[in-house]
Amino acid sequence: MPSKSQFLWMYEVMEKARYYEDTIAVAYMEGKQPKFDIGAGPLPGEMHLAAGQEPCAAGVCVHLRADDTVTATHRPHHVAIAKGVDLNKMTAEIFGKKAGLAGGRGGHMHLLDPAVNFACSGIVAQGAGPAVGAALAAKLRGTDAVAVSYVGDGAANQGGFLESLNLAGLWKLPVIFVIEDNAWGISVPKAKSTAIADNSLRAAGYAMPGFHVADNDTLKLFDVAGDAVARARAGNGPTLIEVETYRYYGHFQGDPETYRPKGEVAALKAKDPIARFRKAMIDRKEVTAAEADAALARAKAAVDEAFVFARKAAYPAPEEALTHVFA
Amino acid sequence: MSSNRIMTVSRAISEAIAQEMRSDPNVFVMGEDIGAYGGIFGATSGLLGEFGDARVRDTPISETAFIGAGVGAAMAGMRPIVELMFVDFFGVCMDAIYNLAAKNIYFSGGNCKVPMVIMMATGGGYSDAGQHSQTLHATFAHLPGLKVVAPSNAYDAKGLMTAAIRDDGPVIFMFHKGLQGLAWMASPEGAATELPEESYALPFGEAKILRPGKDITIVAISMMVHHALEAANALARDGIDAEVIDLRTLVPLDRKTVIKSVAKTGRLVVVDEDYKSFGLTAEIITSVAEENPSYFKSPPRRLAVPDVPIPYSRPMEQFVLPDAADIAAAVRASLGKAA
Repeated sequence: MPSKSQFLWMYEVMEKARYYEDTIAVAYMEGKQPKFDIGAGPLPGEMHLAAGQEPCAAGVCVHLRADDTVTATHRPHHVAIAKGVDLNKMTAEIFGKKAGLAGGRGGHMHLLDPAVNFACSGIVAQGAGPAVGAALAAKLRGTDAVAVSYVGDGAANQGGFLESLNLAGLWKLPVIFVIEDNAWGISVPKAKSTAIADNSLRAAGYAMPGFHVADNDTLKLFDVAGDAVARARAGNGPTLIEVETYRYYGHFQGDPETYRPKGEVAALKAKDPIARFRKAMIDRKEVTAAEADAALARAKAAVDEAFVFARKAAYPAPEEALTHVFA
Repeated sequence: MSSNRIMTVSRAISEAIAQEMRSDPNVFVMGEDIGAYGGIFGATSGLLGEFGDARVRDTPISETAFIGAGVGAAMAGMRPIVELMFVDFFGVCMDAIYNLAAKNIYFSGGNCKVPMVIMMATGGGYSDAGQHSQTLHATFAHLPGLKVVAPSNAYDAKGLMTAAIRDDGPVIFMFHKGLQGLAWMASPEGAATELPEESYALPFGEAKILRPGKDITIVAISMMVHHALEAANALARDGIDAEVIDLRTLVPLDRKTVIKSVAKTGRLVVVDEDYKSFGLTAEIITSVAEENPSYFKSPPRRLAVPDVPIPYSRPMEQFVLPDAADIAAAVRASLGKAA
């Protein structure tokens, strides 16, 4: 059972992540109407939003410290927010501004913040190896830091992911693999891409415990992830967790989603995980509605401030493209 | 061409595949989102409906497995077309491409065939950042055993795809996202062309002179062909007569057409969307220099990405990608004329 501060922290992080994605979704369409051109507007390029997947971020990262490492996917914003990435710098990066995390070089799929040991990549499953490496570094240095590798259900079929599971299991490394199973690999449903229904069963093949968290349940994930992090910190090796989560938006913004059954998203939204979590913490009298409302207001204010900061920030000079290629 | 059908590059590619699938039951397609979605960049649009999911196979995100499987199926007598969604994703599956597909013909002393097409999207310009915007022409062209194709327009795309499918060895078919004619990405005029309905194959290794000229030779491929033509048209207004050559294939490379052109014009600008060093631009200039360095009346010039990852932010990305203005400036400099 989370403490009161953990309840509030998870709730605020999830609301912040949700409001962040919904704000981006609107800003993304600026300059892209009436004719949609992916390269136009203040937020050009692909944009992968994680609305619906907030429990995966909050339910795991609530157990982490700044010195723990997280690698996220091409759909990284919710996890970056939960890991404590500077929201102003992250948003400026997504707007391609000089004040961004990488001065505009990386963009939304390439957010790296060494201050909180966060990284993500646009290549499916390629965060798994680096998470194993961070865990190896912690073990070699004798610290109790852990690493978390987030991947999607599609990535669970990548060689790099499966090789990383084996290496972590073989070396008993303090790493937690979290599969965000949103049921879709772009247009291909999990059932048409994956030989087994429950990827957590694969853990047995790599000498680690595996857990399946059904239906985007933040509280269940809180427990499972808490145990996994404790095991890792105690030197008892890796864990594989698969979380059934929801993808409210398309694979990317502008995705026509003609492959998606009608009504699917509406049915998912009807059991929205943040609303369920809020109700649970208030019903259990852990948190008052007023306290929750205050957390929600803080979350929205932080996001609004980040967008103001990012929009006001200057673009880099073109020639800055030539710097920071080498150390 | 008698047809009046104007079609996009993506439609040209899918039409070539469909025609070969109709005539040869050994041809099949696999890759990520190539079925119901029709390929993220439309190259397999409509194929699932006509041929069904046995021959148009969505795959897991398992490139090592399905590109390796393409090699095995090809050696077993099939003619697979495998889509690697973005060229940038080659990192997770290159062994199957460069150590298996590219070498098994050689390792068998010519006794094996590997008739497979690996098609992939290239190119930037729309702020998709450094893992989704590369072209990597030279990365593939450098490796012996791979033919490498990069059409600039729909007519060439259909003919080169047909030839690629019929080829008995592995062909890397690179289509530029910005040329596909997608509803959601701008495309230059000239990428969509008239397209004959009947099937036809274009030979590899034959560059095309798109615009004859006497003052200077501009060599380009893929998207850069359109920038070169735009530059040539602008230069023509100032009385500069540029010859524009579309290489169309990197391997085999039509050095003869380039050499003959430079022998005539005496000046050369090469433009490529790939990284600058160790790449196509150097290869083209060297090909002329090896033939006869005295052809050059002024030093040859090259335009390419200046050896940095493709940056996300628009001002930086536009700075590193060659465009028509860059090409025109290089031409003027080569001719000793101020802008």
